[in-house]
Amino acid sequence: MAGLFQPAAGVPGGATVALDEVEISILRSLAVQLLELIGPGPGADETGGEQDPLAALMADGPTEPPSDPALARLFPDAYGGPGAEGDDRTREAAAEFRRYTENDLRARKREDGLAVVRGLDSLAPAGEGGAVLTLAPEQSRQWLGALNDLRLAIGARLEITDDEDGDELYALPDGDPRKPMVMAYLWLGALQESLVETLAP
Amino acid sequence: MGTVSDDTHRTTPSAAASVRPPAADRVPGPRGAHVAWLSVAPAEITRPASGEAPEAVSEPDVPWVTVVHNDPVNLMSYVTYVFQSYFGYPKEKARKLMMDVHHKGRAVVSSGTREEMERDVQAMHGYGLWATLQQDR
Repeated sequence: MAGLFQPAAGVPGGATVALDEVEISILRSLAVQLLELIGPGPGADETGGEQDPLAALMADGPTEPPSDPALARLFPDAYGGPGAEGDDRTREAAAEFRRYTENDLRARKREDGLAVVRGLDSLAPAGEGGAVLTLAPEQSRQWLGALNDLRLAIGARLEITDDEDGDELYALPDGDPRKPMVMAYLWLGALQESLVETLAP
Repeated sequence: MGTVSDDTHRTTPSAAASVRPPAADRVPGPRGAHVAWLSVAPAEITRPASGEAPEAVSEPDVPWVTVVHNDPVNLMSYVTYVFQSYFGYPKEKARKLMMDVHHKGRAVVSSGTREEMERDVQAMHGYGLWATLQQDR
């Protein structure tokens, strides 16, 4: 089916998808927004320019979960969670874990998002403004991560908190203000599902 | 967990979709300056080690486990893929664990030392799965 990932002929383990102009533009816009949401690394200078690798290595991460629900879902606590005791020791362990890991996690998610932007920017136009994107296996993994992070972020914006919420979204009337975001969310899900299928071992 | 309905495949999304936060959120700024004087010792010393936290010494014989929690966004196929590719589980085991997460709300996906489970949890967060570690009492 057009518009979904398929195994790439000639690229072992790779994936390919035909995207039209609008799809390319929306994907790129969403990936850039994801990068803005994740934020610059600790070594970035004040103008958001080149990162200082030493500063990045030495920097402690935060100890508190992000207040934005989308970021909180992308960077969850490692200790605690549903059904666990929320005592001081658990909170202390979660803070300590976050201090030492969140910067790395942000860097990974940033790299995944950048891979999407770079992949789209490298496309050569092919007829009516569309293009065929082909991903090597490592790029596929990065796209999979970024598509998933985008869906997590949009899911948080749409306040999807249980499985029934997801079902409800299919039935939104056209005038609903959430409709554009829901369409993007469902489309990203279909893209991600088709990409998983090309990678499934 | 999320599912994908067939009739969404050809949907054209709108450019109005946005994941921008409704309000300015905490963005980590440069944090290096105040810790740079601390040490230039090998990196292991600054890694999260079980010896650093006071609770690490409690019940040393009880193993730690990595728990993955259900969420309505992650696709079932993706969760299965993650269990296969990260843990190297066969497809059947990966699918069963995914179904446990989906139906029971959570599943223990690995067990071992605290350090090993911290690695697994960090990896799960990298994939976007919601995971925590705890002692298996």
